[in-house]
Amino acid sequence: MQSIFVYPEYEVERNESRCTMCRICERECSNGVHRFNASTGKIDCDDTRCANCHRCVEMCPVRALKIVKSGHTFRTNANWTAQAVTEIFKQASTGGVLLSSMGNPEEQPVYFDRILINASQVTNPSIDPLREPMETRVFLGPKPSRIERDKNGKLINNLKPQLKAEMPILFSAMSYGSVSYKVHEALAKAAGALGIYYNTGEGGLHEDFYKYGDHTIVQVASGRFGVHPDYLNSAAAIEIKMGQGAKPGIGGHLPGTKIVDDVSRTRMIPEGSDAISPAPHHDIYSIEDLRQLIDSLKEATDYKKPVIVKVAAVHNIAAIAGGIARSGADIISIDGYRGGTGAAPTRIRNNVGIPIELALASVDRRLREEGVRDRVSLIAAGSIRNSADIVKAIALGADACSIGTAALIALGCHLCRSCQTGSCNWGIATQKPELVKRLDAEEGARRLINLLTAWNHEIKEMMGGMGINSIESLKGNRLMLRGIGLNAKELEILGIGHAGE
Amino acid sequence: MKKEGEIRIPSGCAISGIFSKSDRKIGGEDIIRSIAVMHDRSNGLGGGFAGYGIYPQYKDFYAFHVFYENRDAKKECEAILESLYDIINLSKIPVRKIPEITDEPLIWRYFVTPLPSKLADSQLDEREFVVRSVFRVNITVRGAYIFSSGKNMGVFKGVGFPEDIGRFYRLEEYEADCFTAHGRYPTNTPGWWGGAHPFALLDYSVVHNGEISSYDANRRAIEVHGYKCTLQTDTEVITYIFDYLNRRIGLSFREIASVIAAPFWQTIEKMEPEERQIHEYLRNAFESQLITGPFSILVGFEGGLMALNDRLKLRSMVVGEKEDRVYIASEESAIRVIEPAPDRVWSPKGGEPVIFEKKADKEENHAVDFRLSRI
Repeated sequence: MQSIFVYPEYEVERNESRCTMCRICERECSNGVHRFNASTGKIDCDDTRCANCHRCVEMCPVRALKIVKSGHTFRTNANWTAQAVTEIFKQASTGGVLLSSMGNPEEQPVYFDRILINASQVTNPSIDPLREPMETRVFLGPKPSRIERDKNGKLINNLKPQLKAEMPILFSAMSYGSVSYKVHEALAKAAGALGIYYNTGEGGLHEDFYKYGDHTIVQVASGRFGVHPDYLNSAAAIEIKMGQGAKPGIGGHLPGTKIVDDVSRTRMIPEGSDAISPAPHHDIYSIEDLRQLIDSLKEATDYKKPVIVKVAAVHNIAAIAGGIARSGADIISIDGYRGGTGAAPTRIRNNVGIPIELALASVDRRLREEGVRDRVSLIAAGSIRNSADIVKAIALGADACSIGTAALIALGCHLCRSCQTGSCNWGIATQKPELVKRLDAEEGARRLINLLTAWNHEIKEMMGGMGINSIESLKGNRLMLRGIGLNAKELEILGIGHAGE
Repeated sequence: MKKEGEIRIPSGCAISGIFSKSDRKIGGEDIIRSIAVMHDRSNGLGGGFAGYGIYPQYKDFYAFHVFYENRDAKKECEAILESLYDIINLSKIPVRKIPEITDEPLIWRYFVTPLPSKLADSQLDEREFVVRSVFRVNITVRGAYIFSSGKNMGVFKGVGFPEDIGRFYRLEEYEADCFTAHGRYPTNTPGWWGGAHPFALLDYSVVHNGEISSYDANRRAIEVHGYKCTLQTDTEVITYIFDYLNRRIGLSFREIASVIAAPFWQTIEKMEPEERQIHEYLRNAFESQLITGPFSILVGFEGGLMALNDRLKLRSMVVGEKEDRVYIASEESAIRVIEPAPDRVWSPKGGEPVIFEKKADKEENHAVDFRLSRI
């Protein structure tokens, strides 16, 4: 039986009166949507290949192209939606697991959008960040429970290794392999210029980027790709990846087509072989095993680097985080279920895990109840879309946030969610040299710096409005938040009042 | 209507303090006259005083001042106190009935010392033992509230204008080494006397004018260390921060100022390396105790008085000195009414701690080293 034809979700509309037949669209589309037809002298469009990434639209010099949602429709059905039906068509044809990229796009509640921020009126003054100092520097790492003095009574610095970031924003882990060399170069340069950190993800660290080590977090994931002593020692911090918000419970999966040249060498695996990380770390089947890996990594780096443990936000996250805090981790990074990915099974991406807002609020509360909040810093991730999300996350209890998708969008990603195909037209989620070269790392770094500079200023404006002039005073300051349209249970979990309360 | 503690009430205020560097005592009427000048900075919904060195005959005992809403609360509280303490003396606190002050609770005073066996069993240091029993009463006994628990000091407070509260408590009958006073301008009625200030724990007492924007960050951070904020007021959380950083962590008052009103990073970066390292350490290690938003506070403690403004100086505060006397108040008028010709009068800068201590060798005075390091 042949495949069932699925009508494309999007169509390319070409304005023939504007089109000059320059054929740029044909050259720019790696998916082969546009093809010059010599017999008709026109350009044919194969909409079935279109990922709706807007590359042709943006490159068309005469604005002759646009992508529209197809009018093609099934009989209206609130239960069996077009998506539900076409997914069955696909699986019935192939017998395969549905794959998706980037974060969960489904219409579940976004709690950040149902939280509102406070401002000062009358009883205390708001502060203008253009006229007064406004501080967003954060230190990530455990705080001491006691002080020590030398024999003259002078305070001794007894802080364990910390990460110092000039704003409460880090770049999330994105591996070399899943994204291109140029992406890593842009992230590394921007992190250095901004005084923050980028994260190698699980694909190792390209030899060219060791020079950015002071602004690099290196990851140790279940596949242990690219992990060796120099790698660990080159970094500012080490992150153990236990899980990822987009796909809790499973490991990374990088198709062999992306394992080329340098990617293969950096990962320390053969070219063309699929890089499949095991679902668990096979030396961590329990919390006491985690402690041993943390200790091993600290031993390997002479106790000079903070160790981050990254976990996906799952139902029991508060208890899990409590265990991690008691196991020698210095920082816990929690990744919410809307977090991005280069490839994940659709069902897992859309159905497993919980929102970062609820996970963060629960973890922060539990760590405080247990008296261990000072032992760790918390990084929140999993769909931080703008500066207001960051302000809300910090007020809920995060020390900092990390951003992946937002950073890629700044680099040109149009969220077509086709990373798994490896033919990203923007040179981001691809290893094809002709596509990678489309991304200019210098320009990319500049755009990342612009984005975070703008966000940092917006954070300062919101802080100033609340009368807060240093980010520490926002951390866990839940009185500054109110819910809107949330039920009593949701408010209780978030630990905030309702608007008007 | 909800009582203070069930809701958070922003307040404006007046504060005043008098400190004697010598053995010459300060009369209660002086502090009343000082705070009375700033009548318009209060709205009749709260006033109070703290006096140090007022109980020389009982100076080795903890003086508990307690509000009771009813006799059952008194019975319950006294049962707890009797189980933990040797009660040396107990009595009603003497008051004067005046028309301006009404609806007062029962107000009792106990001079106590922990029972040695109970203290040994608890494996706690004596002051921690006292703190925990104060929290136990305040959290578990409905209608009872220990609002003063230091040695040789006491807090007197209530709902009313501060000068009326002073007359009500017959403050002119007390002589002190240090007095602080507070007139409150809450935006809403506190509903009970416990909401008035000063707020005190052990011998730490705080009067505060301002509304801190870091409140919930500070509250949630200090509660991790076993404190319970029952009043939802700035003054309460600031008192606990002082208790935590001074008594439990062991920071000096000057170091505490560098934590709660920390210099800006841009200022720290201009400091000499050694000083810079200390400030970087304090800001990082005790980041959750940073206080932002407007405040001017007077912190009374055994043998000393500290004044501190927020780092932007968003509240007025003036210091005056005359011979062995130090005067600190929200307004200069409150100093000049009792000392028309001070030797010097100045306004401390934002974040610049002014610390006076009884012992001459420990007197630190007006923090010159900080002055240059401020922006």
